Amino acid sequence: MGGMREKVLEVVDIWKAYGSLQVLKGVSFDVRESEIKVIFGPSGAGKSTLLRCINMLTPPDRGEVFLRGESVTRARDVHKMRARIGMVFQHFNLFNHLTALDNVAIALRVVKKLPKAEARRRALEALRRVRMEEWASHYPAQLSGGQKQRVAIARAIAMEPDIILFDEPTSALDPELIDEVLQVMLDLARDGTTMLVVTHELDFARAVADEMMFLDSGVIVERGSPEQMLTSPKSERVKAFLRKIERLELRRRERLARPGV
Amino acid sequence: MLDLVYKYWLFFLEGLLVSLELSGIGLAMGFAIGWAVALAEVFGGRLASKLAIAYEELIRGTPMIVQLFAIYFGLPMLGLERFQAACLALGINSGAYQAGYFKSALEAVTRDQMDAALSVGMTKLQAITHIILPQALRKAIPAWSNEVAYLPKYTSIAFLIGVSELFHRATYVAAKTFRVIEVYIFVGILYLACITALTKILDVVYERVKVPD
Repeated sequence: MGGMREKVLEVVDIWKAYGSLQVLKGVSFDVRESEIKVIFGPSGAGKSTLLRCINMLTPPDRGEVFLRGESVTRARDVHKMRARIGMVFQHFNLFNHLTALDNVAIALRVVKKLPKAEARRRALEALRRVRMEEWASHYPAQLSGGQKQRVAIARAIAMEPDIILFDEPTSALDPELIDEVLQVMLDLARDGTTMLVVTHELDFARAVADEMMFLDSGVIVERGSPEQMLTSPKSERVKAFLRKIERLELRRRERLARPGV
Repeated sequence: MLDLVYKYWLFFLEGLLVSLELSGIGLAMGFAIGWAVALAEVFGGRLASKLAIAYEELIRGTPMIVQLFAIYFGLPMLGLERFQAACLALGINSGAYQAGYFKSALEAVTRDQMDAALSVGMTKLQAITHIILPQALRKAIPAWSNEVAYLPKYTSIAFLIGVSELFHRATYVAAKTFRVIEVYIFVGILYLACITALTKILDVVYERVKVPD
């Protein structure tokens, strides 16, 4: 479907080992303009490491990453490339000493060198998009997990990045807080944001993913449309994993339906 | 005791000011050295962090009086006056201890803060100045107030190289009047009052700059 759209991100043959543990073994894919790709797979598969290799928080041992044709992995000023790659972390990683507004504004000031008033205006606009503008003056410690994650998303979108990487954005959240974050991500998806999302939220994937990739033991075992991956996966490993996820999902729904249990 | 105070209050006050000057300069120097050393240990390269650790161990492992004498008598090429030598010794000594406090504060700012700062495009230096240090400074205050409580007392060793600070003057008055106990009790009270005031001020500062945690 996206054949004509420009490649935003190209990941070429990424390898990474921690000591003798080979975490990534030659991962390649690309993400085109406004595409949403979902990566899923068991814990320890290398999903987080893959995202961290893409923005060089963890430099890969081998392989290359390109952002709109420019090398990220060999960039002289890697921070300039990172400013164009948003990242949303599993544990939010909000700046604890700053209000929600300043969490979003600080990179606009420090990295984009915007004047204070302009940074503030854009930060408020980003908070509005995640429905957090009323919480602008609150500190992270005063926010719920879902609210923190929405501020973290605002922090990423305010930089107007070419792509946003999401590292299991809902897996550290209490079940009742997951939907508010997913809703914001759905909004972004519909606005045409290019996204690479590590998640086990299958409903989200079904709704907006252009492609799903199953990562296991450092390799992409299978990839395809959500339709194909979720209904008729080829690999036994994917089938077994999906069954497990669905069981967990079911249990979560039951818990939500019977509060206090 | 009151007659002593009445007779020598100006003499003691001048001594107290010298002691406070030594404390202020020593603390400020130690603050600068402490942060430089702590940053080198946590974020510096291998060489920088090794040097930082060596400095800390050398200072913490030797008596302060040895450091003071080494600087005053051992470095005549510097041509330091007594007061300058005492300031330098206090600063270098305090720096090693402050480095320890600041290092713990830096390490208490978790790795995820650096990740987030880098992920929005900050350089490592920007991340340190805008994200890591503001948090570490706040976290360091309670431990740092220990140093504020220690250093004014340690300034008294400057009397050993003849700096005319509070304790030096106390020994003089004690010898002259033979009212040893009274003199030292009075001087002790002066130290106590200053240190209590200083730590109270820091408590207030800490409350003011604290963010919800």
